[in-house]
Amino acid sequence: MSVAGLRLRGLTVRHGASEVLHGVDLEVEEGEFLVLLGPSGCGKSTLLHAIAGLVEVAAGSVEIGGEAMTGADPADRNIGMVFQSYALYPTMTVERNLSFGLRVRGMARAEVAQRVSRVARMLQLEDLLRRRPAELSGGQRQRVAIGRALARDARVFLLDEPLSNLDAQLRAELRRELKLLHARLGATMVYVTHDQAEAMTLATRIVILDRGRIQQVGEPGEVYARPANRFVAGFLGSPGMSLVAGRLEGADGMPVFAGERIRVPLAGYSFASAMPAAGAELELGLRPEHVTLDAQAPTRARVVLVEPLGSHQVVWVESGADRLCAVAEAGARWRPGEETGLRIDAGAVSLFARGDGRRL
Amino acid sequence: MGAAARAFEHRVARLGGGAFLFFSAIFFLLPLYVMIVTSLKPMDEIRGGHLLSLPLAPGLAAWREAWSEACTGVACEGIGGGFLNSVRIAVPSTLIAVALGALNGYALSFWRSRWTGWVFGVLLAGAFIPLQVMIYPLVRLTANLGLFGTLPGIVLVHVIFSMPVMTLLFRNYYRSLPRELFLAARIDGGGFLGIFLHLALPMSLPMIAVASILQVTGVWNDYLLGLVFAGRENLPMTVQLNNVINTTTGVRLYNVHMAATLLTSLVPLAVYFLSGRWFVRGIATGAVKG
Repeated sequence: MSVAGLRLRGLTVRHGASEVLHGVDLEVEEGEFLVLLGPSGCGKSTLLHAIAGLVEVAAGSVEIGGEAMTGADPADRNIGMVFQSYALYPTMTVERNLSFGLRVRGMARAEVAQRVSRVARMLQLEDLLRRRPAELSGGQRQRVAIGRALARDARVFLLDEPLSNLDAQLRAELRRELKLLHARLGATMVYVTHDQAEAMTLATRIVILDRGRIQQVGEPGEVYARPANRFVAGFLGSPGMSLVAGRLEGADGMPVFAGERIRVPLAGYSFASAMPAAGAELELGLRPEHVTLDAQAPTRARVVLVEPLGSHQVVWVESGADRLCAVAEAGARWRPGEETGLRIDAGAVSLFARGDGRRL
Repeated sequence: MGAAARAFEHRVARLGGGAFLFFSAIFFLLPLYVMIVTSLKPMDEIRGGHLLSLPLAPGLAAWREAWSEACTGVACEGIGGGFLNSVRIAVPSTLIAVALGALNGYALSFWRSRWTGWVFGVLLAGAFIPLQVMIYPLVRLTANLGLFGTLPGIVLVHVIFSMPVMTLLFRNYYRSLPRELFLAARIDGGGFLGIFLHLALPMSLPMIAVASILQVTGVWNDYLLGLVFAGRENLPMTVQLNNVINTTTGVRLYNVHMAATLLTSLVPLAVYFLSGRWFVRGIATGAVKG
């Protein structure tokens, strides 16, 4: 078994009386790009700071590169951190920013120079070494922030929403640059964001957090297609999954989901555990792309709202008391108030227990 | 109301504002004018002429006398010696106070522990206790340390009294800096002093300028502490100025008194003029995000 880049066990963090993280267990493989995703206030930044040693851990343990680091000083953890503001030292040139961590550790001058030039070459910062942070573009600042960690040979890179205060265009550009950089360096990265586009595009695995607990860990496609609970279903995707209340009918051979109007045969559905008994209260989760509007379909619905997005349009419909959304082609002309029918891709639905919201 | 009427009203308002500023300036500059003019006149002209009239033959004789011949009590050596004393008191009092204030502010804003709130509260209270209350205890303290009436003694007293304000200034300034900078430096391996010297101090140039201005002018203008703690040999310029003006033998030499007063206030004036530029430059280079 390979040495884990990072291993957390039962990590608990308190701010005063309130518990912010409730026993988080997590393993990050060497070279992985792990994204911590969640709404604001879910504890993802706290988790990152706990890994870095910047907040006190109430219980549990942190292991970095196989070494116990729970109580270690941030300086001794051999980590690099890229902050939201990049936190480049404004009074120092790029060169001195890169070498700060080496100089304060008392490294010999020749070795410092050699490491700085290696990092500068790797990140194409050679022409910028004499500049100050204020004279750099967003992308250059990001590279310097990463370079600071590289110069120290950090084992794990922690990135705290590094793209969130940039405009949309630059953000997408830097996202691609970051992905290429990770592919080139092969470094272990833990990346915090609340932006699911960043999470989906960058991650080798996504960790979804809510209220201080891990909701699901998995590859982006897996988390998207098979959300572990109602929270993940609603949080991922834009818009998120539509949820339809109903119950299980026709046990054994031919199980069927029966809502107010929507009926979906579940013969092909692979239940996460044993199939619940007939009559169990369920919620059906539907991705917009698995709902199609078809005037001939027997499940009747009425168009409420149309959101054209250029490449396609999102159409919100009401079917009885259920409100759900569907994806339609860009050319299709749907008008609010129009009567139509729904066709549901039975092979791609998700089922959740109505009580605790966990996937069935 | 028509556009023309409104334009007229605007013009009247602007004219009124200008007139107000003009007369305020005259009001504040008039005493300075009288001092300069008087210091350049010989005594005869002062007695005979008008307070506001320009000198007939301006001369620096009174300035020379104030600097090197005016009587401060028994001795008649001018206030030039007092100038040197004031420099010797103000320079170390400023350097030490600013350095300690920066260090305190840095510790209080970035290295928080559960005592931080207490320390800060006590310092804040210290800023509001009247100075006179502490004079006698400080006299006993410096006497016990063998520093009463010495240069290190008066410097120590100035540093002690400046601590609350210096610490407050730097603490508030460091609080306004992004905390992420400090965290990044911690991860990079910086320790308490390393981060202070390499990161915090270079970033606080504007605050160092402000604190230095405050401290230099405060120490330079101080009279009471210098009188009590400096001792005979180190009396600052302000104390000597008072002695010059209150020496009661003979005629009152208004021109010498004016010149001595102007000489005493030259340093604070120079500090304001020279540091203003640094002040602005420091703020302009302090940008973190572009």
